[in-house]
Amino acid sequence: MDLQNFTPWSALLGGALIGISASLLLAMNGRIAGISGILGGILKPAAGDVAWRVAFVVGLLASGAVALVLSPANLGASPRSLGLVVAAGIFVGVGTRLGNGCTSGHGVCGLSRLSVRSMVATATFMATGIAAATLVRVLGGAS
Amino acid sequence: MNARTRELVVALAAGLLFGAGLVIAGMTQPSKVIGFLDVADGSWDPSLAFVIAGAIGVHAVVYQFLLRRPSPVFAALCTIPKRTEIDTKLVLGAALFGIGWGLGGFCPGPAVVSLVSGVQTTMAFGGAMLLSMGLVAALEPKSKDA
Repeated sequence: MDLQNFTPWSALLGGALIGISASLLLAMNGRIAGISGILGGILKPAAGDVAWRVAFVVGLLASGAVALVLSPANLGASPRSLGLVVAAGIFVGVGTRLGNGCTSGHGVCGLSRLSVRSMVATATFMATGIAAATLVRVLGGAS
Repeated sequence: MNARTRELVVALAAGLLFGAGLVIAGMTQPSKVIGFLDVADGSWDPSLAFVIAGAIGVHAVVYQFLLRRPSPVFAALCTIPKRTEIDTKLVLGAALFGIGWGLGGFCPGPAVVSLVSGVQTTMAFGGAMLLSMGLVAALEPKSKDA
């Protein structure tokens, strides 16, 4: 285990902020804070259901801009090659669309409301995520 | 402010909080994500398990509270997905998403937040992700229920 890079407190705090964000969006707007779903509603817009999504994404980008100024190292680069990250992007894009969610939609929002679909989805993407990360290292694709 | 404006302000605030949470948590560091997913590695970093713990810890409690509010409030939560069946699309989609996550170290939220960094591989991931999402969305049949 990597004890030098073990950061449980900042992880917990970051997670709590994500939880607060999702709670705010649900309580006030009645919307699920699932990023792939929010993006999907911009890429395939339904009338009257776009503006809030754009506002949310602007918020995400703005937080990135603040991070860029205050702590650019926190916006890390993938250790993988260009070809691998493009493939990764395709897997994530297709997968989140087919599976109707990602780590936030299923992992945070779905599990929080005890959705069985989200439990299955989360267990599945955790398993394949672990397998993929391990396989890349074993096959020598890691940095 | 009127309801429309409030909806937008809430969404903006939520996005800011969410992004801040992702950065503070370390989710925008693909190396850290891969270090978490690569459980068999000697230098396994379990930190990110605490992210989902913190998020669910807060959100699950709030959700239960919202459920018990009088019906007009809960009626607004009509966008909560109602499907319950476990189908091939769900499992296949989740499997593919996980592969991508483990390959690149990015999931959608951190990818969007990190776009502003201008890092080449980040932009490439984001572009591929958005294009793929858009393509699948365009190819899907008209009705889509969550």
